[in-house]
Amino acid sequence: MLNTIKNTLGSLMLVEMLKGMALTGRYFFAKKITIQYPEERTPQSNRFRGLHALRRYPNGEERCIACKLCEAVCPAMAITIESEQREDNTRRTTRYDIDLTKCIFCGFCEESCPVDSIVETRIFDYHGEQRGDLMYTKDMLLAVGDQYELQIAADRQQDKSYR
Amino acid sequence: MQFLSDVFGSHWQDVQLVAWTLIKIIAIVLPLMISVAYLTYAERKVIGYMQVRIGPNRVGPFGLLQPLADGLKLLFKEIILPTASNKALFFIGPVLAIAPAFAAWAVVPFDADMVLADIDAGLLYILAMTSVAVYGVIIAGWASNSKYAFLGALRSAAQIVSYEIAMGFTLVGVLMCANSLNLGKIVLGQEGGFWHWYFIPLFPLFIVYFISAVAETNRAPFDVAEGESEIVAGFHVEYSGMAFAVFFLAEYANMMLVSMLAALMFLGGWLSPVPFLPDSFLWLLAKVGFLLFLFLWFRATFPRYRYDQIMRLGWKVFIPITLVWIIVVGGMMQTQWAYLFH
Repeated sequence: MLNTIKNTLGSLMLVEMLKGMALTGRYFFAKKITIQYPEERTPQSNRFRGLHALRRYPNGEERCIACKLCEAVCPAMAITIESEQREDNTRRTTRYDIDLTKCIFCGFCEESCPVDSIVETRIFDYHGEQRGDLMYTKDMLLAVGDQYELQIAADRQQDKSYR
Repeated sequence: MQFLSDVFGSHWQDVQLVAWTLIKIIAIVLPLMISVAYLTYAERKVIGYMQVRIGPNRVGPFGLLQPLADGLKLLFKEIILPTASNKALFFIGPVLAIAPAFAAWAVVPFDADMVLADIDAGLLYILAMTSVAVYGVIIAGWASNSKYAFLGALRSAAQIVSYEIAMGFTLVGVLMCANSLNLGKIVLGQEGGFWHWYFIPLFPLFIVYFISAVAETNRAPFDVAEGESEIVAGFHVEYSGMAFAVFFLAEYANMMLVSMLAALMFLGGWLSPVPFLPDSFLWLLAKVGFLLFLFLWFRATFPRYRYDQIMRLGWKVFIPITLVWIIVVGGMMQTQWAYLFH
């Protein structure tokens, strides 16, 4: 009985409504947590899995030996590789395509690679303007690798003891 | 001037009156449209702040040009006409929604002698105008020939009609205190500092009025009429481009109208809260601004009511409360404490 009266009075006085409004009212003055992309960016892990790159050895030789492990492990079947024997009798890719519209950025290709050739970089804000723009070919992937080699190498170095 | 008066001859006086009235109407409607635009901006900013975000800040300094960008975008968008719709009614709907929302401002006194039409039945006129607005909603929902629009229109019509009763009753309390239907006289009845404002003796009515006003304008937490998660956008789901913008404009103009009414009838309109400060239009602006902020605050705080709960609140809580308080006010007026209510 007493409780009923208390509840009725409470709801008539809008007690809980006012409590809720006090809460949102406090947050009105709280420090805002918005990160103002692209001027500000959230911190990234060195294990970030973004745009792919094909790396080279310091002497300029491409690392990839066309073992096709990445193609085999890729769960989205986004990687297509064709290979042949070069004049010096080493096996090299003639074609290394990644369809980024299929890729799920799981990182299995990087994990499977015995020579650290295919890697995923920290780059995540790229785009395509036409159909086919996100079909990355071997040349494009090598170009990404050449451009960001310093960052890629530093990230791998930092993670070395855990691999 | 001489030439003009020669052309119009004996009608010159009438022409002058019409022109002068038109200028006054523009002087009311134009700032109103601009404040509607910036109310949408304020809404996004305030709700953003309450959600620990910063809201729009890209277009112009502090995002101040955002409403203009939105308006331009809506202007250039196509108005899609559903094949199954009733074409004539489809376009009458938005017109009927926005016309009363603006027309009601004719009798609103902004300052002691700043009013377009100083008529004695001002309050009745406003009640009539706000009631017409429901036809815009019903016609828009029906003409769209879509199940979501139809359900939204039914819900919002039922809601507007139910809460209008509670709202009307709260205004009866004000009328008993002010002894007038003229909005200017109602405000002047509250002269002499904030302890003379009607919201103190009529506090329950003030609360009921404001909550009903939120429900009447279909705003959160009473926005089942457009409940995004259930019926997409309610009665205006089939409208796009400028036709949609007109509904949007009407909703916000209505918000401002009910806030303005609350400020006039319960918070002393343009009167200053303390006797040593001058009465000014700015006080009215501040009061309306505060009430509008409450609208946004509610939206940032409360989850949407269930439809049957809205109906229960309107019929089983608000109407009894207002009826009881009207009787209390009427009874008190017969006693020695009658001065409290005048």
